[in-house]
Amino acid sequence: MNEPGPAKENQLAKDATDQVSVDLQQELRTAHIEEVLEKLDQELVGLKPVKTRVRETAALLLVDRMRKKLELASETPTLHMSFTGNPGTGKTTVAMRMAEVLHRLEYVREGHLVAVTRDDLVGQYIGHTAPKTKEVIKRAMGGVLFIDEAYYLYRPENERDYGQESIEILLQVMENNRDDIVVILAGYKDKMDRFFHSNPGMRSRIAHHVDFPDYTLEELLAIAKLMLAQQNYRFSPEAEASFIDYLKRRTQLPHFANARSVRNALDRARLRQANRLFASNHPITKLDLMTIEAEDILASRVFKEGKLDSDDVRADEADPAQVSN
Amino acid sequence: MRITQGTFSFLPDLTDEQISTQVKYCIDNGWAVNVEYTDDPHPRNTYWEMWGLPMFDLKDAAGILFEVNECRKAFPNHYIRVSAFDDSHGVESLRLSFIVNRPSEEPGFRLEREDLRGRSMRYRLHAYATDKPTGQRY
Repeated sequence: MNEPGPAKENQLAKDATDQVSVDLQQELRTAHIEEVLEKLDQELVGLKPVKTRVRETAALLLVDRMRKKLELASETPTLHMSFTGNPGTGKTTVAMRMAEVLHRLEYVREGHLVAVTRDDLVGQYIGHTAPKTKEVIKRAMGGVLFIDEAYYLYRPENERDYGQESIEILLQVMENNRDDIVVILAGYKDKMDRFFHSNPGMRSRIAHHVDFPDYTLEELLAIAKLMLAQQNYRFSPEAEASFIDYLKRRTQLPHFANARSVRNALDRARLRQANRLFASNHPITKLDLMTIEAEDILASRVFKEGKLDSDDVRADEADPAQVSN
Repeated sequence: MRITQGTFSFLPDLTDEQISTQVKYCIDNGWAVNVEYTDDPHPRNTYWEMWGLPMFDLKDAAGILFEVNECRKAFPNHYIRVSAFDDSHGVESLRLSFIVNRPSEEPGFRLEREDLRGRSMRYRLHAYATDKPTGQRY
């Protein structure tokens, strides 16, 4: 951010304190930020550091906005962010809330989120990439461009890869159209670090780095319960115990995608519950329809063979773009 | 001679900010916004060249202004207009069209008269610019 000279700033600050007083709380209320942050708190289990970071960022932006009003700062601060963390830790959801926060603070005009991956940005032949990337950027203008698994844009092993072209266009836009677009890059921590290392231009243009921790066992269970409650299901006490057991085993296996794996596990449990109810001959009560029993969970291959259920591998690689939009 | 086609053409040239506001209005109405250019200023020249495809899925005017500026870069001395197409049933036509860029010099038109049988007379407009081939006009 380009600060005015110290003398000028002192003068201005003096003027400002002399004449204008601003109520931070009032400002916070009028921007309706608190609602968004509360929604974030309720919707997402755990993620303490992330929530704190979002809150801090919101506070910083609010203060910046007030400084702008009092003419202490003139330029738009750099808002581009990078979200690093394992799959299924809520990066897209947080990005959506972030877009809302930025919209409420009037840093972006529309506040929509365009989630893309490498496929949407990089073309298949020479001259295809630039229009494709520009198309996406145009669509995201006035909102937030969320690039999932951004490190795939850069493939050092293939020097003729078109990803580099896409990165160059992005860099240009991130610098020149800061008022129009906010770019959020997301991906695994180590791969993103390598990406930033080989693209120092990208690193210097990103102001906020947010790291998403993995969920603990209790948090995963809370997520599962929340997901079930949303669909009017619930665990029987034995089922809950076996689900904890399931989570313990599942986290040791490869391709564990946190909340997404939980959702897939629950989907399969619902499938087995439906089959079980279908096979039983006695009449079914409402409670039966709502309850997931231990046997629905224990039937998983994770227990029997210590292997993944067949569709879990694919679930991990499922296109994250589908989650939002 | 300053040509006056489309909306706002009797006003001074719109600033970028004013263009954005107009485009925002179009987007909020759900119209598809186009950028078009030409170097033939004849008033009956309806179909101008399209600068890319119509932009159906944009939410913000910045994307269109970006294209306008790209077009200005490529054709600094052409007429460029922004038009908004309303696809709703029963309308299906342009709602708004205004010029956002014009050549620095506009030589204007020559009126040609042609004698016909009897003493009747036919009039014709001829743009001075179109004496030269496309691409060399302005």
